[in-house]
Amino acid sequence: MKKVIMGNHALSYGAMLARSQVISAYPITPQTQVVELLSEMCADGSLDARFIKVESEHSAMASCIGASVAGARAFTATSAQGLALMHEMLHWAAGGRHPIVMGNINRAMAPGWSIWTDQNDSLSQRDTGWMQFYCSSNQEVVDTVIQGFKVAERLMIPAMVVLDAFALSHTYEVVDVPDQKLVDEFLPPFKPEIRLTPADPRAFGGLTGSDHYMELRYLLQREMEKAPALIEETGREYEKLFGRYLGLVDPYRCDDAELVFVTSGTAGFTARVAVDELRASGVRAGNLRVKVFRPFPFDRVREVLAKVKRAAVVDRNCSYGAGGIFYQEVKSALYGRPGMPPLFGYIAGLGGRDIMVDSFKEIAADAMSKDRAEQEIVWIGVKK
Amino acid sequence: MVEIRFHGRGGQGTVVASKILADAIAKEDKWVQAYPEFGVERRGSPVVAFIRINDKPIYDKSRIYAPDHVVVVDPTLVEAIDITEGLKPGGMIIINSDRRPEDLPFHGKFEVRTINATAIAVKHKLGSLAAPIVNTAIAGAVIKILGLAKPESLATAIRDGIAIKPDDNIKAAREAYEMA
Repeated sequence: MKKVIMGNHALSYGAMLARSQVISAYPITPQTQVVELLSEMCADGSLDARFIKVESEHSAMASCIGASVAGARAFTATSAQGLALMHEMLHWAAGGRHPIVMGNINRAMAPGWSIWTDQNDSLSQRDTGWMQFYCSSNQEVVDTVIQGFKVAERLMIPAMVVLDAFALSHTYEVVDVPDQKLVDEFLPPFKPEIRLTPADPRAFGGLTGSDHYMELRYLLQREMEKAPALIEETGREYEKLFGRYLGLVDPYRCDDAELVFVTSGTAGFTARVAVDELRASGVRAGNLRVKVFRPFPFDRVREVLAKVKRAAVVDRNCSYGAGGIFYQEVKSALYGRPGMPPLFGYIAGLGGRDIMVDSFKEIAADAMSKDRAEQEIVWIGVKK
Repeated sequence: MVEIRFHGRGGQGTVVASKILADAIAKEDKWVQAYPEFGVERRGSPVVAFIRINDKPIYDKSRIYAPDHVVVVDPTLVEAIDITEGLKPGGMIIINSDRRPEDLPFHGKFEVRTINATAIAVKHKLGSLAAPIVNTAIAGAVIKILGLAKPESLATAIRDGIAIKPDDNIKAAREAYEMA
């Protein structure tokens, strides 16, 4: 059924259609509507889930972990400072192998106090062991939550579904809301092999000496390595039922490109418009939208970029002292491989500064004027 | 692609107007995107909302800087800000006003249409006398003037999206549609 909904409600619908059994969350701008709608759904019975009100994001994640250990499908959502407060529990969720799905609205970290978008909040959680999916439309948000649960539960690894503050969270778009019966067909109930139940008492997360800890982490990484193929396989299954494919990357007009933007989030869709306009003016541009950051789709990125003349990675984030975070990943994907194109790194749109079609044209003009990157970061739209 | 910018004041339902319109337009099998200016505006302060309408999916997620049309929900904004900023030549300004288009300052430079949405809202007791909620009346005028949607689609969108006095809001929208 087609509905005009905001990105935040796309998360709520995804969680509802996935038949989440426990929702535990603490409100924070710009995430609030996600949990507002879910609490209404729990109250009016359209979602048969336990809604747990908590006093902090740390507790929200802790109660999702508890629910997941008990064998319940758990969902939460947060943003920026709230995600940062969860940090310890994020390690706990991934290390304990609890397949929670969480929506995170990309909001810039304070200070200066900001409610507007950039990716430093979620990318700061890079090494917690969570999968991270970056969405560019409200349709992708609802589809990613449903697929996220399936992949997460197959691997027993939690998944973060990430969307830009306001540019997606508060933007209304036409969304084909999947049919519940088909979602039920796609996503079976969560039935973990081991769960906490009084009939079968067990301890979870106990003291683990140096004779076992490393193996637990080895297994987490080994399962994470299965994720790229599983995400694609799950995407094909979903496509059969719903006609939409998510996958790991979304290459657009890359095959004959002399310049490819590497993008994510809403900027990844604005880039498509820039590609069309640049091509109309004679620049053979393309766009490689990266949809999954963890696991990083090294193979898919290499495959696309091997065929192009140059690539410009556009980051809405910064690893201070290094540069754009996607840029670092793409560099490591290409390192040591013959025939890879020169790479250029750009930072744009921090703290909600708009990334426009013209921003990409500025990037194209810069990248096309050089044979190789002259510095680690070229800043776009910064007041100097 | 048609791009429209809305100017109102916090509390008048400007953002809801854009959402209701998006809903109505989507019922005509169009692709539509509606969003507020990303801020924390307080009641009474100027607010901005945007709509993009297309017959294909809309990929541009940036703000609208050169709208095709501008809708002004609060007539006092005309003195406070430049509501014509970036407006494309030949663009339409639809303004909530009890004055005639030719009496407004930007008449001649742009095509101007007025609708007395405040009077319609007061008549249907939407909001209070001091702060009438004019968004549904504005929406009724906008779909007529710009040919964006049928009044029935707007009525359905209002019923789905407005919990308070849906019937009176539908009547206000219809009245504005007929008058515009």
